[in-house]
Amino acid sequence: MDFSIITENISEYIDGTWLTIQLVGMSLLIGLVLSVPFAVMRSTNRIFISGPVWLFTYCFRGTPLLVQMFLFYYGLGQLEFIKELSQSWTFLQNAYWYALFAFTLNTAAYTTEIIRGAIVATPYGEIEAARACGMSRSLVLRRVVLPSAFRRALPAYSNEVIFMLHGSALASLITLVDITGAARIINSRYYSPYEAFLTAAAFYMALTFLIVWGFRQLEKCWHAHLKPRETN
Amino acid sequence: MLDLQGYGPSILDGARLTVAVALVSLAIAMLLGLITALAKLSGMRAAVIAATVYTTIIRGVPDLVLMLLIFFGGQVLVNDLAPMVGYDEYVDINPFIAGCLTIGFIFGAYMGETFRGAILAVPVGLLEAGAAYGMSRGQVLIRILIPQMMRHALPGFGNNWLVLMKTTALVSVIGLEDMVRKAGLAAGATREPFPFYFAVGILFLAFTTLSVLALRWAEKHYSAGVRQV
Repeated sequence: MDFSIITENISEYIDGTWLTIQLVGMSLLIGLVLSVPFAVMRSTNRIFISGPVWLFTYCFRGTPLLVQMFLFYYGLGQLEFIKELSQSWTFLQNAYWYALFAFTLNTAAYTTEIIRGAIVATPYGEIEAARACGMSRSLVLRRVVLPSAFRRALPAYSNEVIFMLHGSALASLITLVDITGAARIINSRYYSPYEAFLTAAAFYMALTFLIVWGFRQLEKCWHAHLKPRETN
Repeated sequence: MLDLQGYGPSILDGARLTVAVALVSLAIAMLLGLITALAKLSGMRAAVIAATVYTTIIRGVPDLVLMLLIFFGGQVLVNDLAPMVGYDEYVDINPFIAGCLTIGFIFGAYMGETFRGAILAVPVGLLEAGAAYGMSRGQVLIRILIPQMMRHALPGFGNNWLVLMKTTALVSVIGLEDMVRKAGLAAGATREPFPFYFAVGILFLAFTTLSVLALRWAEKHYSAGVRQV
């Protein structure tokens, strides 16, 4: 191990970390916003509402994120109108947006299924009670179903966040310099795979622990009523 | 359209390789998973710590980084070690072996968690009964524990398998000619990437669908004799 390679290039890793955090954070945020209405649509009985959402989640969960990203980044560039658009909107030439697009749709598909699972698991008595109190359908959804569904979905969602962090490493394959991208550059510059990739691994480990810690705090607050009661 | 400008057969070849990588990795992962689960349940301090470190590292590091580390790092390691045993030529790591080892190593950790839960779900009485009949520990493991835990392990196992299959797409990065790489080559030659990656997506969906059907059958099979609610 030659630590000077790591210390000299630490700034590239830190820049990479920012890009990773940006990509993961943005895609998770937009994905979550998309997935709540999708999950509600998916858990209705009407096939022409739940069907399209089912197809969306089925396709995005059934294919690798790598293929989705390549399909958007290389595949869409082939279409004429995208070519014309990117003449006037030069930001469309940046790989960042394609990676973000692929990550967002991917995490939206997984999150939709997680939240749907939590919605379907709502005890029916709670909904009946809310209806008996005279709440409308949307009010039941907002006050009763969704809050408890979010609580139930929390452990599975924390896994999804970690998977998204891992998935974001793929961005390095379409020219972006995230943590993995920095490691790949340093590996090819010095031909020292251990220093390059072990450092990247350490950065990812740190981020993972941060996420796990954050969700534990959130669970403490949201699941406070589930804690075993302290007895004297 | 179906023969994709002559590249259809080449992508199908890649699909065969994808399946091969997935199956070999699965075998490695199951072996490692069983060892990890038994280590965690053994109660021996060193074994428990080793297994915990292993699963924590896998959960914390992206599969792509692990794959690059094992492929490039393994290359350096092998070439440093080879002269010591008197082998002077440059050694190239086989990407098939590196890819399968990495994927097997990653999913061994997830399988370990699945198997651990499944083993805990087997009633102790069954194992005691086996011992009372005079079976050795190994016989109890093979005749009672593994068949009994299958039913509890299947749902988690199925999920792991579906994720594993999609992870095989990563081997294209280390130069293995799986279907993603074949599609990339065809895309580069024709300058029309869309149909090729789309076809690969459809093939992955087909594999997923087949697996889900097979898993559903297996769950039914292993739940024979259990009252359905």
